[in-house]
Amino acid sequence: MKTTSPVTVLIAAIGATVITLAQNWKLAGFIFILIVGGLFPLMASGVFTFQITQLLIYAIAIAGLNLLTGFNGQFSLGHSAFYAIGAYVSAVLMTQLDMPFYLTIPIAAAVCFVFGFLFGLPALRLEGIYLALATFALAIATPQILKFKPIEHLTGGVQGLALFHLKPEAPFGLQLDQDQWTFYVTFAVTILMFFFAFSLVNSRSGRAMKAIRDNHIAAKVTGINLSLFKTLTFGVSALFTGVAGALSAMLIAFVAPDSFQITLAVAIFVGMVVGGVGWIPGAFLGALFILFVPNIAEHIAFGLAAFFDFVRKFIPFFPTIGEQSSKGLTGTVYGVFLILLIYVMPSGLAGLLRLAVQRLAQARS
Amino acid sequence: MEQVVQQIVGGLATGAIYACIALSIVMIYQAIDHLNFAQGEMAMFSTYIAWQLMHWGMPYWGAFFLTIAISFVLGYAIERIVFKPVHNAPVLSHIVIFIALFVIINSMAGFIWEFTIKPFPTPFGTKPVLGGGILSAHGAGMIAVTGIMLVMLYAFFRYTRVGLAMRAASANPDSARLVGIRVGFMNALGWGMAAAIGAVAGIMIAPVVFLEPNMMVTILLYGFAGAVVGGLTSPGGAVFGGFAVGVIENLASFVPQFGAEMKLTIALALIILVLTLKPNGLFGRKIVSRV
Amino acid sequence: MSTPLLSAKNLRAFYGPTQILYDIDFDMHAGGITTLLGANGAGKTTTLRALSGMVKTAGEIRFDGKLISNKETADIVRLGVAHVPEGRGTFVRQTVEENLQLGGITQPAGQIAADIDLVFTYFPRLKERFRQQAGTLSGGEQQMLAIGRALMLRPKVMLLDEPSFGLAPLIVQEMFGILRRLNQKEKVSMFLVEQNASLALELADHAYLLETGRVVMSGPAKELSQDENIRRAYLGY
Repeated sequence: MKTTSPVTVLIAAIGATVITLAQNWKLAGFIFILIVGGLFPLMASGVFTFQITQLLIYAIAIAGLNLLTGFNGQFSLGHSAFYAIGAYVSAVLMTQLDMPFYLTIPIAAAVCFVFGFLFGLPALRLEGIYLALATFALAIATPQILKFKPIEHLTGGVQGLALFHLKPEAPFGLQLDQDQWTFYVTFAVTILMFFFAFSLVNSRSGRAMKAIRDNHIAAKVTGINLSLFKTLTFGVSALFTGVAGALSAMLIAFVAPDSFQITLAVAIFVGMVVGGVGWIPGAFLGALFILFVPNIAEHIAFGLAAFFDFVRKFIPFFPTIGEQSSKGLTGTVYGVFLILLIYVMPSGLAGLLRLAVQRLAQARS
Repeated sequence: MEQVVQQIVGGLATGAIYACIALSIVMIYQAIDHLNFAQGEMAMFSTYIAWQLMHWGMPYWGAFFLTIAISFVLGYAIERIVFKPVHNAPVLSHIVIFIALFVIINSMAGFIWEFTIKPFPTPFGTKPVLGGGILSAHGAGMIAVTGIMLVMLYAFFRYTRVGLAMRAASANPDSARLVGIRVGFMNALGWGMAAAIGAVAGIMIAPVVFLEPNMMVTILLYGFAGAVVGGLTSPGGAVFGGFAVGVIENLASFVPQFGAEMKLTIALALIILVLTLKPNGLFGRKIVSRV
Repeated sequence: MSTPLLSAKNLRAFYGPTQILYDIDFDMHAGGITTLLGANGAGKTTTLRALSGMVKTAGEIRFDGKLISNKETADIVRLGVAHVPEGRGTFVRQTVEENLQLGGITQPAGQIAADIDLVFTYFPRLKERFRQQAGTLSGGEQQMLAIGRALMLRPKVMLLDEPSFGLAPLIVQEMFGILRRLNQKEKVSMFLVEQNASLALELADHAYLLETGRVVMSGPAKELSQDENIRRAYLGY
């Protein structure tokens, strides 16, 4: 018997891997993402790394909402509440019990699941617009509840909790700064959560969820336990958003009631619609939108303000533009962006992509 | 005991505000079958228009009625320009448009009139009309105006053909077209009316809360609470709900420990409680239909 | 021969990118009852929806000599075209009274009361249910309400989409009797879409047969009911 040299083994192994990857584009894509994600913080600036970490966190939250809306037909304008719960559970456990951050993620997830499940119970009786209202109310109430006096010793009241000294360091003496390490942790959790989301959607339970979305009565007749599935979905959705919240507590290293206003809930909702309802990868596009478009709007508003200032030199009655007014313009530009977006693609980016793919397929045939 | 009575009367006065807004919410819901999250901002913008007209020297009631007319036109225009093109888009996209409108109107007001607080006049005076200074003349006037508006609206929807056509167009647009109703026109009309009602509400509320771009945000929420408690299909119920929310909110401050600071949360808990027990609100009609 | 009351030339209809109707031609004369037969999915309902402007169409539709293709539904209705839609289109939240008032919403207010009384002479049952929420009516009653509502328009032509659908045989008989009386006494022309071919051919004077979006046969109803193929495929004897 001839012994094979290590070189041959290596070549054979690489060959086999290449063939497997060529046949399995999903796996190939996954490995590509791993490589890009692994190298990214080493090459990007600190600020950019921070932003992309935030993007991943938003994407997890949006995916959570999408599970509820896109796959179960319920909708929520109150997911900032679960985001807040996740963040606070993580922060309180770290400050009160000195628990390491990593341990707080699963606990935050579990707590949010329970809260989501419980909120799902009254939500069961509500259809469409009423559910939107109830969840909207939840989002509005969240900051106030967080400021609640009797729990101030835990939550830090209006001041919130500072976590700067608790930010996890890279282990094993790795030469990474905190932001880089935070990115890697978030990246790993993101992969885990999206893997979970994809398998859930494609599982038996996922089909039951979709059946409920498409036709209540038919789903009931086929023996799906409607209430259980709807409340469970609410729980899972809250779980995702809660995990995102916990991660954000670590990234920002600070939690305070006013970070969890209705605007956050609205942002998550807008992100979901923009990315495409019922399309999990759309969460990243949605996150991209809510993270960067407000900035772009601000730049345009600055430009517009300067333009108006210029015009005002010639037209004396033109309204005055102060510091505050350019803030007003930012909101206007952002709103106009949103409306135009809905005009151009009423079903979000997902709808646009699907349309493009259809056109391509038609062109080929 | 006397304290309780005082709180209830005081609650009725703030309740009138909520009732006003709840009514405009129900109106637009009936007319377009949507909850308009930008309703409060539209009311705020109208109030600024009234302020501007008075600032230019127009007398109060002149500005009041002209503002109503302008608001009607603006509401009508919003439907025609913003909503008509996306009429067939999914509901979720509509909600995004409402959110966008909210942001745009809010920022436009800040852009045009700055974000500073402005006082707003009342035609009724501020003298107390009830013992203890609980109900001011303005509060009483506000309750009266809400009442008049409710009666007019009820009559409009119940007894006029346009009112009937508007209800039909929102409930079943396809069938409405088949009896010759111009549904798009009816929707725009509904928007115009809702904007006009919002204008009345905003002008009535502004002397109490002062005029600034965010004046309606919390009030809108209480208005929602009122509308939901009463039932979104019932204008009378919405007014009742608005008053009820005002009273309950005031009584909540009796709860020891956290009453005062948790007012808002209590109002919201109320929404969820009512919805859980009676999903169509206290006076909402359950829609019966055969499959 | 006089000009037809309602006619179509090269009528095509689409749902999104999908074409449903292919170059349909027909003429229908005032005072008559024309029926459109065909199997499920042949395009009968789509034809009616095309006539009242509810789907995207190409080709020509004329009513009373006027071109009505590409007009808004509401405007077509106002010319006197009463469409009784598939599924009856009841305003379920409104009362029976309001449903009837809605039927006459484009008519002068002064004639509504008299027209409601006229509807009652054909459908006395609706009088008993006058103040009831229309969603609570039985299927047969809702069908009566739908036809009554259409009658409130004082229409020149009624487009009827399967008035027999889901009704008990006895009620269907009654309904078709009433349709005949409406045609004779109120001078309402009718364009009837039916699955129940034998009933339709009995009522109508002229018939068209639709297969996968195309007219494959037409002629006087009597002739079609004698036709070998029609008998075998649609009449079942």
